[in-house]
Amino acid sequence: MSNVFIAFQANEESRPVVDAIMADNPEAQVVYSPGLVKIDCPNRLVVRRESIEEQIGRSFDLQQIHINLVTLSGNIDEDDDSFTLSWKH
Amino acid sequence: MTSIDLQTRDIKPLRNTYTHVARYIGGDKPASRYQEATMGAQPTQNFHYRPTWDPRYELFDASRSAIKLNDWYVLKDPRQYYYATWTIARAKQQEAVESNYQFVDSRGLLNRMSDEIRATACQVLMPLRHVAWAGNMNNCFITAYGYGTALTAATMFHSMDHLGVAQYLTRLGLAVDEPGVLDAGKNDWLEDPRWQVLRRLVEDTLVLQDPMEMFVAQNLAIDGNLYPLIYGAFIDDYLTPRGGTAIAMLTSFMPEWFDETSRWVDAVCKAAAAESPENKALMSQWAKVWGERAQAALAPVAAIALGTEGEAAMAGVRETYAKRCAKVGLAV
Repeated sequence: MSNVFIAFQANEESRPVVDAIMADNPEAQVVYSPGLVKIDCPNRLVVRRESIEEQIGRSFDLQQIHINLVTLSGNIDEDDDSFTLSWKH
Repeated sequence: MTSIDLQTRDIKPLRNTYTHVARYIGGDKPASRYQEATMGAQPTQNFHYRPTWDPRYELFDASRSAIKLNDWYVLKDPRQYYYATWTIARAKQQEAVESNYQFVDSRGLLNRMSDEIRATACQVLMPLRHVAWAGNMNNCFITAYGYGTALTAATMFHSMDHLGVAQYLTRLGLAVDEPGVLDAGKNDWLEDPRWQVLRRLVEDTLVLQDPMEMFVAQNLAIDGNLYPLIYGAFIDDYLTPRGGTAIAMLTSFMPEWFDETSRWVDAVCKAAAAESPENKALMSQWAKVWGERAQAALAPVAAIALGTEGEAAMAGVRETYAKRCAKVGLAV
């Protein structure tokens, strides 16, 4: 069992993305450091467009996460509605 | 060579947000810009004087409305618009419309429309400039006399949006026809008997005194019936199949804006009605009375736009309105 992680610039735009991820992934841990917010999660982490839209109250294109994405780890599986990180070993 | 040792210093802020914001979001937590722009911003006390022109009320007075709320901040905007996000969103939409104008222009799409379709479009859309102007005035009234920043800030954005719609309609008229088409529209608005019911309705809303009644009458009842009729039944379902796609392109902002703002209008109505049975009864009554007046006023307009198909369109509009009110918790 390994962690996947995803890290964003800590700003106003990424806040609802981080909130959505924390709401959707109960085992996720978030760490704030200067300018960076990193979310670690055992095995699997999913980012859902719908959850982000719930947070911001407006429509959201999932590709917008890349504006503030710094780095990530894990194998990516994505479509228009969700972006999933996992390890397949 | 000197080596430079870079370190990051983590300086924890002593507080996360303003006290007046923390009070509303449940403690000293990081607050969003929307929360900081809205929560606790409403002046509540120590007003120097009553308005000399209406000493019945304080300068900001919740009692101007028959709606009673424990906390007017429940009327939050689900879109979480504050000035920056609203202007950026609208600027993006403006760019899209500019692009549509360029496309229509470069392909000569307006000239390829039949004279009949061009004339019908102007006949229906030009008088609506005056309806949009009233939307601007009415929402500005709510901002001026309403209580609670969550409501009044959003209605100011809404007021400016109506101005934008009016300007888009004007620009459409000038693109499709000679400037005289604007005067012809105004003339129809003032003289054509088929527009007088809507005009009377609009002018009656201009003199309403209760900001929440104004909100229901303008933003739910009038717009909630007008937009599905004009941009759905008329432009999308009638003009476009008859070669009027260019009109849909040049008015693309309006149906998009209607869908976006409906979410906010619904949230405000829902929150106000949910607070008490008295509020629900009052909001429902306003939604019913003004909704029926709006539908009666739009029936002759539907006839201008759709001829014999106007009645069926109005039936669809009525059903949509009833469903929407039910979803929001209003009994019409």
